[in-house]
Amino acid sequence: MYKKPIKFLLMGLSIFGAATLSALPALSLAADNTIVLGAAVSLTGKYSTNGKHTKNGYDLAIKRVNELGGVKVGAKRYKLKVIYYDDESTPARGAQLAERLISQDHVKFLLGPYSSGLTKAIAPITEKYHIPMVEGNGASVSLFNKGYRYLFATLSTTEYYLKSALELLAEETKKQGKDPSSLRIAMAFENDPFSRDIRQGVLDEAKKYGMKVVVDDKLPPDLSDMTATLTKVRALKPDALLVSGHAKGAALVTRQAHEMHVRPAMIATTHCDSARIAQNQPQAAEGILCASQWDASLNYKGPWFGTASQYAQRFKKAYGYAPPYQGAESSAAVLVFVSAFQRANSLDPTKVRDAISATDMQTFYGNIKFDSTGKNIAKPMVLYQIQDGKYKVVAPTKWANAKVVYPLK
Amino acid sequence: MNRTALRFALYLSIIALGIAAPFIVPGIRTQLSFLWIMIVFALTWDILGGQMGYNSFGNVLFFGVGMYACVLIQQHSGLSYFPALFVGIAAGGLVAVAFAALLGWGILGLRGHYFAIGTLGLGIAAAEFASGWDLIGAGSGLVTPLYPGAVGGRETFFYFPCFILAIVTFLSLRRLYRGRFRLAINAIRDDEDKAEAMGLHTTLYKTVAWCIAAFFLGLAGPLVGNLIGFIDPRDVAFASSSYGVWMLLMAILGGKGTLWGPVIGAVVFHITQELFWTYLLGWQRVALGLLVMLIVIFFPTGIVGWVRERWPERFGQRVDEQAQRTADQ
Amino acid sequence: MDNLLILFNAPILSVQLLIDGLLVGAVFALVAYGMALVWGVMNIINIAQGEFVMLGGYVAYYLYRAGIHPLFAIPVAAVLLFILGWALYRSVIYRVVDRDLFTSILATFGLGILLQQLANQLFGADVHIVPSGLHTWTLFGGMVTIAQIKVIACVFALLIGIALIWFLKRSRMGQAIRATAQNARAARIMGVDTTQVYATTFGLNAAICGAAGALVAMIWIIQPYLGLPFTARSFMIVVVAGVGNIGAVFLAGLGLGVAEEFAGFTLGAQFQTAFVFALLVVILVWRRIRLARQRRYLS
Repeated sequence: MYKKPIKFLLMGLSIFGAATLSALPALSLAADNTIVLGAAVSLTGKYSTNGKHTKNGYDLAIKRVNELGGVKVGAKRYKLKVIYYDDESTPARGAQLAERLISQDHVKFLLGPYSSGLTKAIAPITEKYHIPMVEGNGASVSLFNKGYRYLFATLSTTEYYLKSALELLAEETKKQGKDPSSLRIAMAFENDPFSRDIRQGVLDEAKKYGMKVVVDDKLPPDLSDMTATLTKVRALKPDALLVSGHAKGAALVTRQAHEMHVRPAMIATTHCDSARIAQNQPQAAEGILCASQWDASLNYKGPWFGTASQYAQRFKKAYGYAPPYQGAESSAAVLVFVSAFQRANSLDPTKVRDAISATDMQTFYGNIKFDSTGKNIAKPMVLYQIQDGKYKVVAPTKWANAKVVYPLK
Repeated sequence: MNRTALRFALYLSIIALGIAAPFIVPGIRTQLSFLWIMIVFALTWDILGGQMGYNSFGNVLFFGVGMYACVLIQQHSGLSYFPALFVGIAAGGLVAVAFAALLGWGILGLRGHYFAIGTLGLGIAAAEFASGWDLIGAGSGLVTPLYPGAVGGRETFFYFPCFILAIVTFLSLRRLYRGRFRLAINAIRDDEDKAEAMGLHTTLYKTVAWCIAAFFLGLAGPLVGNLIGFIDPRDVAFASSSYGVWMLLMAILGGKGTLWGPVIGAVVFHITQELFWTYLLGWQRVALGLLVMLIVIFFPTGIVGWVRERWPERFGQRVDEQAQRTADQ
Repeated sequence: MDNLLILFNAPILSVQLLIDGLLVGAVFALVAYGMALVWGVMNIINIAQGEFVMLGGYVAYYLYRAGIHPLFAIPVAAVLLFILGWALYRSVIYRVVDRDLFTSILATFGLGILLQQLANQLFGADVHIVPSGLHTWTLFGGMVTIAQIKVIACVFALLIGIALIWFLKRSRMGQAIRATAQNARAARIMGVDTTQVYATTFGLNAAICGAAGALVAMIWIIQPYLGLPFTARSFMIVVVAGVGNIGAVFLAGLGLGVAEEFAGFTLGAQFQTAFVFALLVVILVWRRIRLARQRRYLS
């Protein structure tokens, strides 16, 4: 009767014990000539797509730095190593894991998680322990008005994401001889920290131009259908439709706007490269504008990786797909640490923190220079448009390699 | 006599260990705090699930309600940190009880699996409503007020309330299960219609039982919220798919319908899970799903139940056990 | 409020919402058929229902990647999922068939976690779509659009419903299934191989879900975590329609689809999920009040 359960229990325990034992040496490996970084990334759960891009970005940069001999601090050369945990895309878990990285694994430097929500949960902890964290994936501007001293972001913050789309809209309207204040816009933003901050940025910008917001829907995180929102949009005929809902939002708006013949003069969204709309639905995606942190076609250049396109090649070779910006900004976060270690010439967290804060470097990802709140102010957002199934940079004009098609056909 | 002394020694050593733990192993005090909270989760779930036969997937609702109530008071009452926290925790418990009493009217009338799924709906709907409500930060979540003490002091400070809450919950339930109350809710579990026919005020007992569970969860919510420092409506406060489900898994793993079962279940589950997380990067949830199936299929009576089956003579002197045994045959 | 005004000013929109709701509801009904079947015959509430849908979606995706038109993926997904369902019955589900309902809820819940996390590890969490290659009809000067794939899905759901009814009434296996549903012990005594019946029922359920999943991939998007809302919806539908009535399941599905569309429009998309689950609670409580009243009549 109870023989079977015992057997199962024993089996389970022995597997478990074996796993525990085999994993133990890995932890104690942190030898003298290694700098250990820690990161909680989303390998499962709703952010796991971008979580994997983040991890790949970190790994690629670590591999590259180690290949080229590692980091020179003082007279010694160090290799880099990262301890990862899976935060399952939940802030509660992320906070716990950051705590564990710092107090149990004795990690002195943290790389950021994916998404603003997770970064929000982790930042108070790194702050408390005075552990510098360089992140490439928490864009929410509200992270940077809390006075955190140990948090640094390589990316442009949320208010810039769709701001350039509105600027472009206003510009094109003026060219047509109309007043931007006559414009009406529709918005559908996911109900999470990241998208809600983008929404705030858009609202401020719209106010500046006197544009009117006619649809303001919030999308649920387990979004599976946008018909209701798009029906509204079709009825009210706004001039622009702005959407932010991570990869799901981008894939859905592309598919359903096309299907329902919702074609305002402009459709702009975030995350279209991680949703791969140009590759997967070329016809529906035509003309859609996408906000992006980075693009392989930009002529940025720096040490370790060379140019942006060389980075893209290396990434593609390692992981089999073109790097989305989530990968690039994560690699850049590692490069910031490397540069800071060298400049601080020390592995003391406080000294490294000061060196990070003084960073002013050029990388394949763009220029990196932090303001007093820790956000990167040296790199602009770019705006793509999908033209003939390809991503073309249309704004800002300095980097543009194509002219924007407006209004949308 | 000897037995009582033994039990007394056991309780004393647990309490001594609980007090000393954060100083012996300071590195894992957060996990230890969570361990106590998990015990509260499992114990409170078992009041309804184990003792009364009402399997709830939605108890996490009270946890979240208490958490939000406390943080709102902390943020808006204008009191300084510690008084606000104190008032907030008390309010958390009370608000949770109020919710339980209100919802109990409709929900507790559901039977069997309708109750199970109904409460699941309740928990998820609460999460979705919370993430649409701007006063409580909506989908952006809330950051709790910063602990004013020294670095690392917060963990130690919040460890003790968690510990005390677990002990108080355990002792209250122990006291409660000794009296008429347990007999009444067990009668509801065994046959509700008959219990009602015998003149038992079932609705009252059911509501009271739910309110008791809600009270302790309402106290646990504020502690966890402040411990984590960031409240997300879906992943922290109303986390149906993690805390909400773990509650019943822990109770079932340990043995539902017993006093020690949920405690043992919580300890085993929490430790297993922490190890999964550490060593099975990315695959821990796969392992968790497998674990759930194995527990349910092979250990439906839980660890305590299994031990009882294995060594019935150890428990043989308990009268109700024998009665149950004869009833089974 | 504003949203209601829009609806009043442009009544044509409610036609759009109604049509979309009906078409989408048919897909929900399709998933619910299987749940009604398994619940009615085996007395199991399968929480992993939505995960079967998700797996069906991935079958369609990989076939599409291999260059096969996704409409052909529907039967392939059905066959593959049938095999999976059968295997799952033989390995796991048979252990919980005779246990109480709650045990089966938990066991299939664990199965659901297992499947979705395996999918996450094996297929990745990327959002995928499968283009159906079909077009859209426009009516009323572009104010109403109907995607052809949704119409196909609706017709398909209707046909499957009719086929199921026929199968249960006429075929040998169908009769065995119905006999087992009425009284498994008696059926066993009369020589019905109930293990076979259960395995077929569970396989059939998975097959229907798989077909539905292929349609979901062509209508919306697929990702590993799309399951739970489908499970919740089919549960709701079956609770309203009852386990023994395929026709009622279809109608209840349509009703839910329409209710969801209108809720999403008037309350805002962020409350659509909340609405579904709140509706679930309300329906359950309402059902209980109705039952209590009936009981009073009887006594």
